Amino acid sequence: MTIDLLLFLTLALVAVATALGMVTSKNTVYSALFLVLNFATVAVFYILLGAPFIAMSQITVYAGAIMVLFLFVIMLLGTERLNSANILPWQRPLAIILAVILTVEAGYLLIFKSNPTAMVNAPDASINTIGSLQSLGMALFTDYLLPFEATSILLLVAMVGAIILSKQDKNEKGGAK
Amino acid sequence: MPQPLDFATLQPVIVLSVWTCVLLLLDVFLIKRKSITAVLTAFGLALTLGLTFMQVGASNDGFSGMVVQDGFSTFINALQLVGGLLGVAVAHAYIKRTGSERGEYYTLLLFSVIGMMLMAQSNDLIMVFIALELLSIPLYVLAAFTRNTESEEAGIKYFLLGAFSTGFVVYGIALVYGATASTNLHEIVAFASSSSPSLLLTIGAALILVGFAFKVAVVPFHMWTPDVYQGAPTAVTAFMSSGAKVAGFAALLRVFSVAFPNISMDMAPVLAAISALTMIVGNIVAVSQTNIKRMLAYSSIAHAGYILMAFVPYGDAQVSADAIASGLFYLVAYMLTNFGAWAVVIALETKSGSGLELSDYSGLAKKYPAIAAAMTIFMLSLIGFPPTLGMVGKFYLFRAALQGGYTTLALIGVITSLVSAFYYLRVIVNMYMREGDPTPARDLWLDLTWSITAIATVVVSLAPQFLFVLASTAVMLK
Repeated sequence: MTIDLLLFLTLALVAVATALGMVTSKNTVYSALFLVLNFATVAVFYILLGAPFIAMSQITVYAGAIMVLFLFVIMLLGTERLNSANILPWQRPLAIILAVILTVEAGYLLIFKSNPTAMVNAPDASINTIGSLQSLGMALFTDYLLPFEATSILLLVAMVGAIILSKQDKNEKGGAK
Repeated sequence: MPQPLDFATLQPVIVLSVWTCVLLLLDVFLIKRKSITAVLTAFGLALTLGLTFMQVGASNDGFSGMVVQDGFSTFINALQLVGGLLGVAVAHAYIKRTGSERGEYYTLLLFSVIGMMLMAQSNDLIMVFIALELLSIPLYVLAAFTRNTESEEAGIKYFLLGAFSTGFVVYGIALVYGATASTNLHEIVAFASSSSPSLLLTIGAALILVGFAFKVAVVPFHMWTPDVYQGAPTAVTAFMSSGAKVAGFAALLRVFSVAFPNISMDMAPVLAAISALTMIVGNIVAVSQTNIKRMLAYSSIAHAGYILMAFVPYGDAQVSADAIASGLFYLVAYMLTNFGAWAVVIALETKSGSGLELSDYSGLAKKYPAIAAAMTIFMLSLIGFPPTLGMVGKFYLFRAALQGGYTTLALIGVITSLVSAFYYLRVIVNMYMREGDPTPARDLWLDLTWSITAIATVVVSLAPQFLFVLASTAVMLK
């Protein structure tokens, strides 16, 4: 129990620190790398909560695939350094107001509405096994077979669309592009 | 595991999907012969239409309740397939003329039709979501298809706002799942009827409504429509202004009348307000437009308001059947008239993209009386003037609103129709009473499109009972 708590507190510190680092960093590549670390820490939270499958998808999909794409785009566009002239003038006051509202709201809920004596039910131990993955797979290929297959068509369409929009047309060759 | 019966419920969709994937590959080998792709696309749509007609009267659910096949879905699917055929017909010469002829145009159009058909058959919110994406993503790409500045702007605008509206739908679905522990429409209504009314369910339903309102472009979620309709290639606009609207209304109707009849007391005033606002804003803003594409865009917004009128009394068991039939009838009328009007716009658009101002229609009647007569029929039908399908459709809609007890709504409908006469008649006045020298493009497929839709608009209106009975048999599996 204490190890869990220690682990949680350490990770929570890391998660908050990386999130702050992501927002405050002037270099977009650093921001993206901070975000990767943040995703990884959140993945460990999922394991602590007894959801190994979500943890694994978090790492492979978010920290892996999507962040690689992010870095690709950042490097392709060459926008590693943020141009300070692009910051909108009303952004900062608006952000401060919203942050104050959120803090007050969260504080109110924590102080007046929270119920410190309530028990939090730990998730069923059976969830945290390889069997849950098996039943997830079973559900995906029986009850949810049709959405699964329809998604494959959706991905095909997205691919075709992306290629069409980015492919240079024969008529346009030698043009400005 | 899926049984053969499961596949039977989705047979037309599956056949069309396989045909589209084959066509995607085949098209690569048809260099310089994109007309063959168009013919093969039309053949696939016609084949699927035949299969859909064979399903008339069937009523099943399949794939563990993910989809249903009933009179309602068969009706909408047949309508969407006809829309797809018309979409191919108006596009064929147009994309050749504008120098953007690529075979993927047709495959994307087919994928969009598949999404629209799945949408009408979805019986689970997860399926609704996937079908919504499947119909929208090809449309985003098609909107940017000609890749000039306006087209690209239209594509990116449509994409960003479409993605935003999808967010609303997904958030709504999540809340509904939170309130009822299911995404299946039948299980949602079973849970909602056996438990006390929950605010969570109402908020979820409202968010889903917002998402669909974006898709069908009703006020106040219509801002994107004029820009996207104007910027997108005209053939794409013709297809999406009818297809996406019909699909959005089909899904809205199914989700609300199957899953949320219990909260109709909360929803009906909202629907009535949206419908009234849409009719007023759409028609009044259309008056000041001088570009025919923008004018028709605002007209399509206004018509979404009329159609929405039929859905307001959806929870009232006594009138809902008649109201839904009126809505379906008007969707048919709208699709035929709208496609015809856009076909005439496509004929008058020049290669460089001009010929889209209202003044460009001056003198059309003297040189090309047939096209002018067809356009007159479409404009009269959009006003709701006899003897056209639009008049009969509006009559049924107003009757449904009156039966549901929404007299004010029917009154607003009548008054805004009068307002709309101003800008529709302006086109007719330009064609017949002003001098000009328009040179419309002639093409067999395009000519067929506007002539067939014009004849259908008049002929069907002479015996509308037949179509109305057909729409009344299009009931939903509850």
